[in-house]
Amino acid sequence: MIAFVLRRLASAVPTLFIVVTISFFLMRFAPGGPFNLERPLPPATMENLVRTYQLDQPLWRQYATYVSNAVTGDFGPSYVYKDNSVAELIGKGLPYSMELGFYALLLALIGGVAMGTVAALRQNSALDFGIMSLATVGTTVPNFVVGPVLTLIFAIILSWLPAGGWGDGSLRFLILPMIALALPQLAVFARLTRGSMIEALHADHIRTVKAYGLPARVVVVTHAMRGAMLPVVSYLAPCAAALLTGSAVVETIFTIPGVGRYFVLGAINRDYTLVMGTVILIAIFVIVFNLLVDILYGLLDPRVRHD
Amino acid sequence: MAYRRFNLRAALLLGAVLVGSSPALAEAVLHRGNAGEPQTLDQAHTSINIEEFILKDLYEGLTIYDASGKIVPGAAETWDLSDDGLTYTFKLRGDAKWSDGSPVTAEDFAFSFRRVEDPKTAAGYANILYPIKNAEKVNKGEAQPTDLGVKAVDEKTLEITLERPTPFFLELLAHQTALPVSKASVEKNGADFVKPGTMVSNGAFKLVSHVPNDNLVVEKNPNYWDAANVKLDKVIFYPIDDQAASVRRFEAKEMDLVYNFSADQIDRLRGAYGDQVHVSPTLATYYYAFDTRQEPYSDVRVRQALSMAVDRDFLAKEIYSGSQIPAYSMVPPGIETYGEPAKADFSALSQLDREDKAIALMKEAGYGEGGKPLDIEIRYNTNPNHERVATAIADMWKNTFGATVSMVNLDVSSHYAYLQEGGKFNVARAGWVADYADAENFLALSLSSNKTFNYGHYESAEFDDLMKKSYEETDPAARSKLLHEAETLLMKDQPIAPFLTQADLWLVSGRVQGWHDNAANQHLSRFLSVSE
Repeated sequence: MIAFVLRRLASAVPTLFIVVTISFFLMRFAPGGPFNLERPLPPATMENLVRTYQLDQPLWRQYATYVSNAVTGDFGPSYVYKDNSVAELIGKGLPYSMELGFYALLLALIGGVAMGTVAALRQNSALDFGIMSLATVGTTVPNFVVGPVLTLIFAIILSWLPAGGWGDGSLRFLILPMIALALPQLAVFARLTRGSMIEALHADHIRTVKAYGLPARVVVVTHAMRGAMLPVVSYLAPCAAALLTGSAVVETIFTIPGVGRYFVLGAINRDYTLVMGTVILIAIFVIVFNLLVDILYGLLDPRVRHD
Repeated sequence: MAYRRFNLRAALLLGAVLVGSSPALAEAVLHRGNAGEPQTLDQAHTSINIEEFILKDLYEGLTIYDASGKIVPGAAETWDLSDDGLTYTFKLRGDAKWSDGSPVTAEDFAFSFRRVEDPKTAAGYANILYPIKNAEKVNKGEAQPTDLGVKAVDEKTLEITLERPTPFFLELLAHQTALPVSKASVEKNGADFVKPGTMVSNGAFKLVSHVPNDNLVVEKNPNYWDAANVKLDKVIFYPIDDQAASVRRFEAKEMDLVYNFSADQIDRLRGAYGDQVHVSPTLATYYYAFDTRQEPYSDVRVRQALSMAVDRDFLAKEIYSGSQIPAYSMVPPGIETYGEPAKADFSALSQLDREDKAIALMKEAGYGEGGKPLDIEIRYNTNPNHERVATAIADMWKNTFGATVSMVNLDVSSHYAYLQEGGKFNVARAGWVADYADAENFLALSLSSNKTFNYGHYESAEFDDLMKKSYEETDPAARSKLLHEAETLLMKDQPIAPFLTQADLWLVSGRVQGWHDNAANQHLSRFLSVSE
């Protein structure tokens, strides 16, 4: 097991390296640069800036400098948010994104699995139909619609909850963004759970335990659930990585000071270092969560063993 | 009602969830929406008005804009200008202090200006202070920062020598790049002088905290010379780049001020909030540039015809819901030293007459129906409003001349990078927002020597000559006349077709007092107050 984890972590290094290399060069193919603003800068100013940020060096040298600095944990200054380094920006924003993302993940996972299970048990009933319609709405209505609608109802018309901001971080401020963030994922979890639960309930070993006369609760929760969770667990990895690293849309709509927006802002502003920083962050999250899910898989499914 | 956030915060501590008790402290707090996150709080690196609003509350320059947008004394109490128009002597206020209690000195200003011009600083707006003697040379590394024409004569006397007479120099000094830094603080803290807890400022407010993308809090600076007249205890800036989101937070009564919302909301908001909706013409021009290096745009008749055929009233009313004003001059109205701008002569005609004249001109040039085909490509930066404008104009050109019009849009960076690097085009959208309230700022864009902003590469010796004379003219009236002549010529040649004078859209809640719309779009929190 430990050997497996170590092996996986070692293989993450070349993966990260490839991700860094590809994004570094792809980014530079985009026309314009961090200092091409709507109001163009005079040539002398441009020259000073380009020199200060070493953008006048040959590209391969910039790449070498970036990689060697990144290895030591220095991800460079942000070209646009000049008072901060990329590490500072991500360091400040990540806790907010992770906290909100964690709640959203819990909501999506618990809510989705519960709804999917209920739908599977009452297959083809009105309840099943209702839950699945809701799930379809959850997947198809984008959160840039859900967010403003929630705000309109709960903040402007009813005045129950704030329209945005992190405030003091209390639950009131998090409810609406959490729902907007969780809804599409909740829908996916509900559909996955329903499908695999229906399949699990028809499996041979479930028929056997049913025949033994075990109570329905035990059959579902202890036996069927275990098998039905496998697809849910596989989806958990990309979902957790996506939710915990923040969403540009939800963070922008609700003014959440997280890191989700930096990927989009960085790309629009050609803030090369900021984009690289967020790419590395997301890559690390994806790698770590895939590893965790593989370990979890081994625990859930006896056919999978990591020796 | 805007205190609800804080009531509830306190209420939460007591375990309640939804309560509406009265605030514990009757603190005067202004909740100020800002159009996005400041990229920097360093006066040397600032470039956008998001930062300007914050920095001008924190710092005070030698001159400032008052509540109505007029230049008045700031940290300098009085000044003299030598007869040759080359040397300004500023007397700083005796009681001007930094937020740490130390006096604001002439050396602080001299240090700040040298810092901006030092090429090592790589200041984005270093050119704002180029009129100071040797500034450009220092900035280009051709002279030492100590050669800059600024001198602290004594603790409170600052002498600034200019390269040439600069009639708009006092306006330049009110720009956020010309705000002072505390020499002691910068020398001690380096780049960290901008951080909360470290920042020392000389304005009406001081920095308390800053959570990027959430809020930035400033509170009243008790050491400010005019602190007795500052009515707000605290200003909270909320950085919201999503315009719809900031309107929602205004409607939820979480913010008192919102700057720039989507123009299609004007009618709805006017219905709901009446005179809390402010539409204020600003010093900004929305225009199209023609690539004068190429046929057929090298022909003045073609440019005139294309410009005339654009129904500016339609653009202003139908696309911008009246949030922009039709423009026939490059310089917008509202500049005190310039007065009424010089409009293109066709502005006097009705739109129908303009179209007739346009068709005749185009025919004369040999293009359009019956002549050579007219294929026009409009370039603009991706934005729903710019797209609507381009679509409407394409339609007007199609209907008037039978032209074939195609459109290309790129994101902001790419669009301007292309134009700046001299890329060829037919017609390209551009906008210009004044750096300082002077006509020169708009007209200098079309100088043949202006390699960056003269996108269409317009070259007119006559225009260049008039501008050159205006730089040398010290008499304000004579100078204004020269600039008017230059603009008249520019509007006759139409290398650029101005379409709209932009307006600033503000939502100002009823509890805000002391608000005055002004073309310079200057609204220091110092002049505002809030009522319950």
